[in-house]
Amino acid sequence: MTGNNSTTRPKGAEFSRRDFLRSGAAVATATLAPGVTLIAFGGSQAQARADAGKRWGLLIDAGRCDPDCSACVTACSDENGWKDTGHPETDAQWIRKVTLKNKFTGHVSSAPVMCQHCEEPPCVDVCPTGASFKRVDGIVLVDKHTCIGCRYCMMACPFSARSFIHEPVNNQKTHAPRGQGTVESCTLCVHRVDNGGTPACVEACAATGNEAIIFGDLNDPTSDIAKRLAEYPTSSLRPDLALNPGVRYSNL
Amino acid sequence: MERTIYREIKATPHLWETAMVLAAFIAAALGAVIYVEHHGHIVTGMNNHIVWGLPHVFAIFLIVAASGALNVASMASVFDRTLYKPLARLSAVSAMALLIGGLAILVLDLGRPDRIIVAMTTYNLSSIFAWNLLLYIGFLVIIGAYLFTQMAIGIPYDTVRRIGTLAFLWRLALTTGTGSIFGWLVARPGYDAAIMAPLFIAMSFSFGLAVFILVTTALCRLSGRQVGPLLMTKMGRLLMIFAAAVLYFTAVRHLTNLYTAEHAGFEDFTLFSGGIYTWLFWVGQISIGGIIPILMVLHPTFGKTPNATILAAVLVVLGGFAQIYVIVIGGQAYPMELFPGFEVTSSFLDGEIAHYRPRWPELLLGLGGVATALFAIGLGAKVLRILPTTLSDANLSPKD
Amino acid sequence: MIRLVLLIALMFGAATALSAQERSSLWPEIPAATGAPHPEGNEYWRRNHMNLMRHDRDQTMRDGNREVEASLKGCFDCHAAADGEGTIVTYESDKHFCRSCHDFVAVKVDCFMCHRSTPEGVDETADEGADHAAILSPRQTLADIGDLVAYLKHSNRTLVVEAGQ
Repeated sequence: MTGNNSTTRPKGAEFSRRDFLRSGAAVATATLAPGVTLIAFGGSQAQARADAGKRWGLLIDAGRCDPDCSACVTACSDENGWKDTGHPETDAQWIRKVTLKNKFTGHVSSAPVMCQHCEEPPCVDVCPTGASFKRVDGIVLVDKHTCIGCRYCMMACPFSARSFIHEPVNNQKTHAPRGQGTVESCTLCVHRVDNGGTPACVEACAATGNEAIIFGDLNDPTSDIAKRLAEYPTSSLRPDLALNPGVRYSNL
Repeated sequence: MERTIYREIKATPHLWETAMVLAAFIAAALGAVIYVEHHGHIVTGMNNHIVWGLPHVFAIFLIVAASGALNVASMASVFDRTLYKPLARLSAVSAMALLIGGLAILVLDLGRPDRIIVAMTTYNLSSIFAWNLLLYIGFLVIIGAYLFTQMAIGIPYDTVRRIGTLAFLWRLALTTGTGSIFGWLVARPGYDAAIMAPLFIAMSFSFGLAVFILVTTALCRLSGRQVGPLLMTKMGRLLMIFAAAVLYFTAVRHLTNLYTAEHAGFEDFTLFSGGIYTWLFWVGQISIGGIIPILMVLHPTFGKTPNATILAAVLVVLGGFAQIYVIVIGGQAYPMELFPGFEVTSSFLDGEIAHYRPRWPELLLGLGGVATALFAIGLGAKVLRILPTTLSDANLSPKD
Repeated sequence: MIRLVLLIALMFGAATALSAQERSSLWPEIPAATGAPHPEGNEYWRRNHMNLMRHDRDQTMRDGNREVEASLKGCFDCHAAADGEGTIVTYESDKHFCRSCHDFVAVKVDCFMCHRSTPEGVDETADEGADHAAILSPRQTLADIGDLVAYLKHSNRTLVVEAGQ
């Protein structure tokens, strides 16, 4: 009875035609000559569904992150429709800039912190209804259709990455539904990723020229992010918890 | 030796007045729930740091006390102490009622209480929270059956004893689950400790008995029934032992933390520098909830009066609230360390002690849960034959 | 007893007479849609839209399948309803496409606590609060009472008309 298997199809033959239409969108079939069929998959970069072979992640280079810049935060807020209303304790903060001052050397650096998209997410373990879940490609999300707003995931998250929506919401983005009484967090801009794009924060950071955040598939050794992870020393937050986050940091 | 005769309590004007007061609290709580539902949790003191607030303090107190309220029935059925047998039915009803009161608070504080049906039909079995829901339902079913076997005619005593044993084991599991809601939170320095489960069990014994002593006293006074002083002092002695057990587990928990440098910050916060939390810990939990009631019951003359037991029970309840407040709120107020070795500042106020100021809708909801539990106990005593016509000491056998 | 039977017969007669002649003014006024009609037909969608949408929402959210047919976004491509002045209305308004039927059959939907109820680009901020909060709104309560009075008057009148015939 977990929420995960709720994707079973409703019964009834009427779905066969719809399924045919759906498959037709992804697979173009052309009969070139009798017996010779050309089948082309895709057509765009979009995946038909999340790919279990992938593990999406971020690499954040604190050495390149400008302490006075908050382009990633603004971009996330614009993209997903959450707002700073001047109440930091109750406002949603899908991503926040953290300023770090070394206690011994006084060196100041900064880095963004968001949902770390753990491989072993505590929020998913503790969620009583299974509303917190991890997609096969490693993105951790909240299913707001089954979230009851108990906030146990917020108790469990080591990164304070989740926000509870304390007030009525309207004017949401179509791709980022959010409503009073449910919990939310960074979605890794899943609506963009599913269409072959990159998260808004990554794009915004690149636009400033800092390029402190890189996005990519950790499982693909040829990806930029995997190469850098292999080449330079990096760390994750709270490594003691062995959660294997998808978000990595360098030069902290 | 007199026979124990169970009778419904009479509808005296006092009883009606009490019921009206409790109903007013329940109505106020429902009003507060609608108010919070309308405006969102912004009108409570809870925020993204203190995600569980005063309602959860009340709810956890009631749930912990619920399993402890079964003590008296367990003493009678499982450990065969005849002294407590007349109170076994009331004990079972109290346990169910307190649990229902606590659960009502938890459910009504949800961000989406309208989705209670989702919570009851969709389980993620890797969640200790989901396990707890199953434990709660099982508790109500088993204790319901236990009560039935006690009250039905012609059920052999052996059956009562067996189902009483099952209820006793189940309540141990239930409180283990409640403690583990906190004990299994690995990320937070204030929790993440296996001792939370036994600590919660000790707390349940203590708080549950204290609440039960007060409920029994109140019901007997409302219905003009007698409570023997010996019974009261016996329960006072038992309460003293349970309160001492809570002190013991608390000491072990904090000494263990103090020994590891990793937890020095959290311990400093709780024991010395935490302001309201430190004050609640030493004055509320340790003194009022522990040392003072223990000394009171041990007092050579005052300790032998029923008033000592009643007063000790009041203090244990107050100290219990303080203790759960320190655990639940204090544990969240202390920041998690994301970047060891750095001074952290952020728009989310990372690295700072979180602020929490409870507001009236939370308090009303919490009090409404308590009122619900008390109302349910009273209703149970009014319609069921669970309270003996007399609890005088005449029935005590010499061995007690 | 005979009176009761007569009364029931009268009410039944009123109902059939209404459906036979013209539709009651209480019948939902479904806003006209734009775009091509559903190839499956409106009946199919009226009967199955909830299953189609639930099925596809899980496909999208849990499996990342973005090539689905039934989505709220897709609905509002054609089914954005406007008020008298041509402004696109939100779920707050009883002119909203979803509400036109759902109010009639008294089935409350939970979608718009989180989802926007208009196409992207429409400013929804003018409407304060989420719909479920209406329980505390005096405006809404008065409107509900007004509707109830209108309904009682209407059904009373049709009964009287029936009886007069």
